[in-house]
Amino acid sequence: MSGLRRKDLLGISELTPDEITLILDTAQAMKEIGSRTVKKVPALRGKTVVNLFFEPSTRTRTSFEIAEKRLSADTLNVAIATSSVVKGETLADTAMNLEAMNPDMIVLRHSSSGACHLLSRICRSAIINAGDGLHEHPTQALLDAYTIRERKGRLSGLKVAIIGDLLHSRVLRSNIHLLTKMGADVWVCGPPTLIPANIRDFGVRATSVIDEAVRDADVVMLLRIQLERMEGAYFPSLREYYNVFGMTEARLKSARPDVTIMHPGPMNRGVEISSEVADGPYSVILDQVSNGVAVRMAVLYLLAGSGGQEGAEHEEAA
Amino acid sequence: MDADRIGRTLTRIAHEIVERNKGVEDLALVGVRTRGVHIARRIGQSLKEITGHDIATGALDITLYRDDLMRQAVGPQPLVRMTEIPFSIDNRKILLVDDVLYTGRTTRAALDALIDFGRPKAIQLIVLVDRGHRELPIKADYVGKNLPTAADESVQVRLQESDGVDEVVLEQAVDPSKPGGAR
Repeated sequence: MSGLRRKDLLGISELTPDEITLILDTAQAMKEIGSRTVKKVPALRGKTVVNLFFEPSTRTRTSFEIAEKRLSADTLNVAIATSSVVKGETLADTAMNLEAMNPDMIVLRHSSSGACHLLSRICRSAIINAGDGLHEHPTQALLDAYTIRERKGRLSGLKVAIIGDLLHSRVLRSNIHLLTKMGADVWVCGPPTLIPANIRDFGVRATSVIDEAVRDADVVMLLRIQLERMEGAYFPSLREYYNVFGMTEARLKSARPDVTIMHPGPMNRGVEISSEVADGPYSVILDQVSNGVAVRMAVLYLLAGSGGQEGAEHEEAA
Repeated sequence: MDADRIGRTLTRIAHEIVERNKGVEDLALVGVRTRGVHIARRIGQSLKEITGHDIATGALDITLYRDDLMRQAVGPQPLVRMTEIPFSIDNRKILLVDDVLYTGRTTRAALDALIDFGRPKAIQLIVLVDRGHRELPIKADYVGKNLPTAADESVQVRLQESDGVDEVVLEQAVDPSKPGGAR
């Protein structure tokens, strides 16, 4: 395994286990840069990266921006509220106009599944998916995997329970692809109305009985209830949801004693997770945020050089 | 060079370090990944045997500082490995260690990387082999062996820690035109 031979990062589904391992290993080296007094390396000097976010985001956008700056790239944030999109410009036109200014990479978040694939076909720039609709959020899954590996030393053989709004979660889809590729035992859990019909086809076990999911789990990952994407009534009330599916200390007792608690954020305290668990000793929720920068640096670095074509090996000979 | 010769050479370099710096006060070793790190650890061991002092030793990966990064039109990125310098380099004399000094470009990258960690009092360069063909104004302070080479030859340093054997051999390069191959 000598590199990432692809132009874009559109989703985890297209990555091989070797590529995933390469990204995680590279992220490990990148993490050290964030602990230096001078938190910057010249690797992407002269490269221009456009952060094109069509949906609100604090964590992901700032994380990408910090990652880009630590690699010395020139970054440009396009805020949709002040862009021509409000004047009716299509995504493809926006992208092609940005592309005319010759950036090297575009980090895209969009509410439509497949938006990144569309740009990947029409843009010469490398496209990094920062979340597209209900489809994928690959860098989130990579940072989750990095955080698990940091804690447990491995991914394979772990029981990972993912609990919450399964239906509307692109984080879930990316995590399922990644964790199953790496050999983890993945359980998903939520109200029957929020379990996608074909979820078992992805090689996971699905249940609406939370104790089944949590029992002997090495990792418990909570997903946000995405009220903004819910048009119908999927469950009676938020309080009802918390009573049945909210992660509390009492519920965690059946998990493994060294269980790791994760949440991709933003958290709804008192809905999918209690404050005691979120701030408790097993929580790595803020580590996930720190690791996000390192993982995104790894992705930016690995995609910056390849252009997706076959090329020379860099051997360390003298 | 065989294992005995490499061992004697590194011991000699350790003595030179002590002589030149009049002791090992304020010294720290930083090896350039991968083999520079192994050599740095061995020199650290010798210095301890000679002076009784432990010398702080770090590892530097210079990949992100390479001057040929992103300059090749195609091809995957070189692997980035961990940099581990678990001590302050401020006001210390840093002994920078690499296996082979060739164009000087790796050393240039290592100097830039080191400066990002602080402001050392001085940086001295240790190499096991100097094979000539410098492209930058860089000179080693301690040289294990000067080995005159042709441009189409390659110097292979193999060490127990990474290659299972201690030896330095001169080989005909497989493809001298290959970019990025020789540094």
